[in-house]
Amino acid sequence: MRLSGHTALQIREKLLSREIQASDLVGQLFKWIKDIEPNVQAFITTCEKEALEKAVEIDKKIINRQKVGLLAGIPIAVKDNICTKNLTTTCASKILQNFIPPYDAFVVKRLKEEDAIIIGKTNLDEFAMGSSTENSGYKITRNPWNHECVPGGSSGGSAAAVAADFSFLALGSDTGGSVRQPAALCGVVGIKPTYGRVSRYGLIAFGSSLDQIGTFTKDVKDAALLLQVIAGYDSYDSTSAQVSVPDYLQRIESGVKGLRIGIPKEYFAGGLNTEVGVAVKDALKLYEKLGATVVDISLPHTEYAVAVYYIVANAEASSNLARYDGVKYGYRTGESRGIIDMYCRTRSEGFGNEVKRRIMLGNYALSSGYYDAYYMKASKVRNLIKSDFDAAFEKVDCIMCPTSPVPAFKIGERANNPLEMYLSDIYTIPANLAGIPGISIPCGFSKTGLPIGMQILAKHFEEKKILQIAYAFERETDFHLKKPALKGSTG
Amino acid sequence: MLSVSSVAIKLLKVVNMEYEVVIGLETHAELATITKLFCGCSTKFGAEPNTHVCPICLGMPGVLPVMNKKAFEYALKAAVALDCEINRFTNFDRKSYYYPDLPKNYQISQNYYNLGIDGHMNMSVNGSIKKIRIHNVHLEEEAGKLIHPEESGADYSLVDFNRAGVPLLEIVSYPDMRTVDEVESYMQTLRKILLYTEVSDCKMQEGSLRFEASISLRKKGSDKLGNRVEIKNLNSMKSVIKAIEYEAIRQSELLDRGETIDRETRLWDEVGEKSQRMRSKEESQDYRYFPEPDLLPVLIDEKWLSAVKNSIPELPLARKQRFIEACKLSDYDAGILTEEKVLADFFEECVKILERPKSFSNWIINDLLREVKDRKLDISNLPIKPRQLAALVEIIEKGTISSTIAKEVFSDMIQTGNDPQKIIEEKGMAQISDEGLIESVIDKIIAANPNVIEDYKKGKKNALAFLVGQVMKETKGKANPKMVNEKLAKKVGV
Repeated sequence: MRLSGHTALQIREKLLSREIQASDLVGQLFKWIKDIEPNVQAFITTCEKEALEKAVEIDKKIINRQKVGLLAGIPIAVKDNICTKNLTTTCASKILQNFIPPYDAFVVKRLKEEDAIIIGKTNLDEFAMGSSTENSGYKITRNPWNHECVPGGSSGGSAAAVAADFSFLALGSDTGGSVRQPAALCGVVGIKPTYGRVSRYGLIAFGSSLDQIGTFTKDVKDAALLLQVIAGYDSYDSTSAQVSVPDYLQRIESGVKGLRIGIPKEYFAGGLNTEVGVAVKDALKLYEKLGATVVDISLPHTEYAVAVYYIVANAEASSNLARYDGVKYGYRTGESRGIIDMYCRTRSEGFGNEVKRRIMLGNYALSSGYYDAYYMKASKVRNLIKSDFDAAFEKVDCIMCPTSPVPAFKIGERANNPLEMYLSDIYTIPANLAGIPGISIPCGFSKTGLPIGMQILAKHFEEKKILQIAYAFERETDFHLKKPALKGSTG
Repeated sequence: MLSVSSVAIKLLKVVNMEYEVVIGLETHAELATITKLFCGCSTKFGAEPNTHVCPICLGMPGVLPVMNKKAFEYALKAAVALDCEINRFTNFDRKSYYYPDLPKNYQISQNYYNLGIDGHMNMSVNGSIKKIRIHNVHLEEEAGKLIHPEESGADYSLVDFNRAGVPLLEIVSYPDMRTVDEVESYMQTLRKILLYTEVSDCKMQEGSLRFEASISLRKKGSDKLGNRVEIKNLNSMKSVIKAIEYEAIRQSELLDRGETIDRETRLWDEVGEKSQRMRSKEESQDYRYFPEPDLLPVLIDEKWLSAVKNSIPELPLARKQRFIEACKLSDYDAGILTEEKVLADFFEECVKILERPKSFSNWIINDLLREVKDRKLDISNLPIKPRQLAALVEIIEKGTISSTIAKEVFSDMIQTGNDPQKIIEEKGMAQISDEGLIESVIDKIIAANPNVIEDYKKGKKNALAFLVGQVMKETKGKANPKMVNEKLAKKVGV
């Protein structure tokens, strides 16, 4: 049975009022997954047995009127680059094919504390490097709205899992748009919180100064709920912020009267698909109708964002991925002559092409004599991009723009053109460079029926404001309620 | 292989003839924290392999480092003690290289903003003071340890990560040393400073203090530095000296033959007493340093810095000078007392109780240190208390016991930890100063040795000493020797 009619908050009500049982819910969910998953391929690992056990445990708690967590009995999917104790975590890479973490990521610990039910680990571009989930070392995930299209990436598995009703909630990670872009392409809500809002402990690092764990949900209120659980200071992450976490659901209906919305002219220039542009402009008109003012702004250093990003992210990645050497865990080559040969073979065989490309680019940018010209300069330009946002937020309360320049593209269409693929993230990358929060919400459909997403950005730690703004739109529209037609083997 | 004397001769030739040897040292000291630099694992030495490890120090996917504040403060303390300029904004960098004992294949270290720069250290060399400049002091993490199986033909090695992540202080000197005496003094003085500031236990046998040397030669009078050669794998101070001597000779021989010195890194072979090329400059690693994104920069404010400055104790060289001046000790004695902070503290405690610096200095150097050595005791855990030694010295001064007996009492104190008063009382060791008692013993000895008395009267002066000895023997050494001498002399009629 498909559980499409419900959000996590609604399911929560039903579970707590004992209208349904978590074990039934999980059972039905896995039936649906088994039916549909062959056409979607959202998961690398599912854990039905553990999920059912946990569900039975939570049912008991509810029946016994024990205190239960915020996410009691609610199924959730976790991107496979977030460590789950005793559950294989591969990063969609052959090099970690047998890796079973001995510890839980901070966010996973929080999910467990709040009694969520982890149903599986979702597919991604290997080490989160990509915008289509085609770079996975294991499988290609398909967009639930059109199986010939990509779900976006790198958190394509999580986005598809929520869009296909495999899960009510999912976690992803966003280094340059890896939550927001697939959320847009799959027609779901995706938040990338402020850098430091959610602990990165247990998130397998790609670009450490950019990575942030984010949420996938069916609507804005669920996003508030899930963010509530995972946000907050963690002493195991030095970059996590000691800033108190507000109640995100409280006054989410505040509306947008008097809100000043900034429209960066640089984001509506060439390369933007017409249908996407129109959908976002329509959304802006609705905001005006709801009492907001639209203001033209400029983010003058936008054109450098992608270049800066690919230097910073790849430099950090080249270092973060150095540990996968076959010595301690994960894949090790069969035969080798000496340690250097073992390193070379292990890494050549274990990493996919895109990962190798980025390691090489990153190492090059950091190598002696090039550091100043690349990494240093990129860091300086990064500061200019940050200043662009600081200046903009002097004038406006938030910034709105498309999440992705195009709706979901065809599988294989961009696979052989890395530069074109890199441009998929042109609207999302600046937020990571600046460390500010952003959300993508559904705001329309293309003529071919593919979802279109709109991005809302605000100042550091203004997730609550973003959620209020997003909810004001969602309340007036029904884009988030539309569902892809999915047919499985048993109908 | 060069014999010791030929080394000395050749070395003399190197330095006396035409070359100046230019030496710089890199020192690594493990900091004395209880836990590692970025995780809560124990730093204790000698545990079973891979028992002091966790996902963080093993560099598992997804883990993050969190700075050990104590380690940072220790490093800061050392930098201040070495008179460094403290970078008020300091951060950490990743130093990348592949080695199986380095879990992440990068080491978290400092490169762009070292904690301390441009410091210096004064040291005493052959009686005069020499200043050595310190290039930088920084904090980094220790690597693990490779264990190579002893069986021949083994095609594997094992890694013990217990040590991985232990906080490590690196101190880089300028190439300001010119002789092995200066190198010896540099190592000893630095070791003492690290011990005095209590930032490291400096146990070389456990690897918590290690040195690497860089050596170059130049024509005397030249101010241009020659190509330098770095020497690694120096496991003791002795190896450092030997390796430098070897290298100075090797380079001078090359130069004599008109050859050039390659910039390279060489490994010292402790057994063969020679070095071998490890890698040339061309093969040198590109560490691809960049700022560690997982750690925040550290800002050191005035308040913090002055608190650290105030926590620095008087350093060994200054203390030695003070002992010489205020306590009138010899250079040699003051040197030994300040060698170890615990010893100097012990000495000062004693003097505070009773102002007899010379006596305490003698007891500590001649007796206490001998006992410590004989019994293989840990110097940081002395078997007696200053109060006890002060009591002993006071008792001797009062004449309650003779100095011979005092040695026995001291030995007993070391063994039992008992107070001297108690030992003297229980063993009845107090000196006999009872005139009547001493006279009766003297009478007995005189009566028993008529021949000796005759000899004495005939002019054999040392016969008296024999009689004194007999009296002491009869009283088991407890008779007041001064009194025995006087009375005996009177009795036999001098």
